[in-house]
Amino acid sequence: MSKVDLSVELAGVRLKNPIVVASGTFGFGREYGQFYDLSELGGICAKGLTLHRREGNPPPRIAETPMGILNSVGLQNPGVDDFIARELPELRRHDLVVIANISGNTPEEYGIMCEKLSAAGVDLIEVNISCPNVKAGGLAYGTKPELAAEVTKVAKAHAAVPVMVKLSPNVTDITEIARAVADAGADALSLINTLRGMRIDVNTRRPILKMNTGGLSGPAVLPVAVRMVWEVACAVDLPILGMGGVAKGEDAAQLMLAGASAVAVGTACFADPYAPLKVRDELAQIARRQGLDKVSDLTGGVRPW
Amino acid sequence: MPIEQLCTVVGMTPLNDSTYWMTLEVGRMVEEQGLRAGQFLHVACGEGNLLRRPISVAYVLADEPENTAALIFEVKGEGTRWLAQRKEGDKVDVLGPLGNGFAVEGGGRYLLVGGGIGVPPLLGYAEAFHKNAVAVLGFRSADRVILADQFQDTCKATYLCTDDGSLGRHGFVDAQVRDIFEQDKDFTAVLACGPRPMLKNVAKAAAEYGVPCQVSMEERMACGVGACLGCAIQMADGTMKHVCKDGPVFDAREVDWNV
Ligand SMILES: Cc1cc2nc3c(=O)[nH]c(=O)nc-3n(C[C@H](O)[C@H](O)[C@H](O)COP(=O)(O)OP(=O)(O)OC[C@H]3O[C@@H](n4cnc5c(N)ncnc54)[C@H](O)[C@@H]3O)c2cc1C
Ligand SMILES: Cc1cc2nc3c(=O)[nH]c(=O)nc-3n(C[C@H](O)[C@H](O)[C@H](O)COP(=O)(O)O)c2cc1C
Ligand code: FES
Repeated sequence: MSKVDLSVELAGVRLKNPIVVASGTFGFGREYGQFYDLSELGGICAKGLTLHRREGNPPPRIAETPMGILNSVGLQNPGVDDFIARELPELRRHDLVVIANISGNTPEEYGIMCEKLSAAGVDLIEVNISCPNVKAGGLAYGTKPELAAEVTKVAKAHAAVPVMVKLSPNVTDITEIARAVADAGADALSLINTLRGMRIDVNTRRPILKMNTGGLSGPAVLPVAVRMVWEVACAVDLPILGMGGVAKGEDAAQLMLAGASAVAVGTACFADPYAPLKVRDELAQIARRQGLDKVSDLTGGVRPW
Repeated sequence: MPIEQLCTVVGMTPLNDSTYWMTLEVGRMVEEQGLRAGQFLHVACGEGNLLRRPISVAYVLADEPENTAALIFEVKGEGTRWLAQRKEGDKVDVLGPLGNGFAVEGGGRYLLVGGGIGVPPLLGYAEAFHKNAVAVLGFRSADRVILADQFQDTCKATYLCTDDGSLGRHGFVDAQVRDIFEQDKDFTAVLACGPRPMLKNVAKAAAEYGVPCQVSMEERMACGVGACLGCAIQMADGTMKHVCKDGPVFDAREVDWNV
């Protein structure tokens, strides 16, 4: 049987396969790079960066939920300069698309980071306007069309590489934000970030997370992700990196059919470090079974009633 | 470097109504990956449990043809309940070796201090420092006591304490530790594992008597390998470290005990 072409394009950047690992679930690649060569992946969204080093939120930061997890890591990271000096050269030793993920307290901070990262030579910048953990900024940008547009404009003005804006699912109408971000010049969209949730220990009556609430990810959120990717794909004409709960090839195929050009695997890595590679191979199998020449033919192929 | 390994259960012994001693064949993880006591394995606990469970390695043997590792665990919730239902011959999927064990040097004199399910990770050290280490083991009550024979056989002296006085000394381990230090504080280090309040009190006692102290800490984990930054604990200098990667063993002076 002929081989399926796995390569895809995301905002003009070519990925040799559509599987990317999701920001914050894969560090800067060093840990899972012990299990396999990172060149097996289409790309990596690196751990979310801020202008300055952040220690993140107090523990506990993880709570398991039915087929999901809540996290309140709170953007712990070494800062953009340290990433450029120590992590980027290491990632560059592998053949994969490097996507820097950034969060700022102000639009200006996004601008400064875009300049630094463009100069350092990342392939794409993912602008996180949706992390629900950070009190300053974070949520506000992702839930207000005007603010989301403002950040997108500033990022675009300072970036020399394509800008992908990562949307929050914690909104009433995600297409409203998607349109605002598209009009402001974004080159691509990624979604979904985590959904806000909470878990309480009934004996102590304390929330498990020290921050009380956190972001839900994992298989539990997949149907929400598929729905939102579909809605956004119908509303705007931008390439989409789909994510949220992907653990097998069929999940990735669903997101692509809904409209995603590429798919990120996050929480699934925690149970199985090899999950991204399994998803890739299963996705290829599905495409082959359906007689497709290239996996990109799945994108937007849903036949809604 | 950690690997994923499908391990066969070759021993499954209940130690009391909720604590189990599981022996796993771990391939060549001891010889090739350097697995040792005090490190942990991240254990997949069945389909319904999304995350793996971290369980400490109580001791290892470089057996032929397969190396073995002992995991001793208490049933707390769904994951450990699933693990307790494994039988000889079943397979268990683990990631490991993960984390660092206690830092020890040959010929050292160690005071091993364990509380409850924190006792097992010290077992490998009791055996490594045969008849040279001193152990202080604390339990809630006599019916919760585990591994007392093994420590009594391998340690120079073993002191048992129970919270309710139903066996051994009535009270917490740190009181016993202080009494030992009053007589003799010439230890290379205290190696401690147990609930956080116990570790805090033992660290305090060790600091007062000027004895170095290493503590094995717990935190809720997702990845277990250092990628998600989920298992943070706060350090005295205001930074965060991660139990899975930087720990689980820390120098007690590094840890912020006031949070
Ligand atoms: C480094 C390390 C070593 C450990 N070694 C041992 C050991 O040798 N023997 C033993 O019996 N236990 C050990 N534990 C504790 C053990 O991991 C938990 O008891 C277990 O994860 C509980 O899972 P559960 O599904 O039964 O309970 P649940 O309460 O249903 O678990 C729900 C979630 O919370 C997490 N969780 C609950 N309690 C803890 C805890 N104390 N620490 C970390 N995560 C927790 C679980 O992993 C799971 O994700 C260790 C923990 C750590 C961090
Ligand atoms: C522990 C953890 C940390 C995360 N950190 C970030 C981050 O720094 N930046 C970001 O944009 N998204 C972050 N995310 C969200 C993921 O990138 C992803 O959008 C989400 O988890 C849904 O995908 P999944 O279900 O496959 O994990 C994080 C998720 C988890 C679980
Ligand atoms: S559990 Fe993921 S970093 Fe420790």
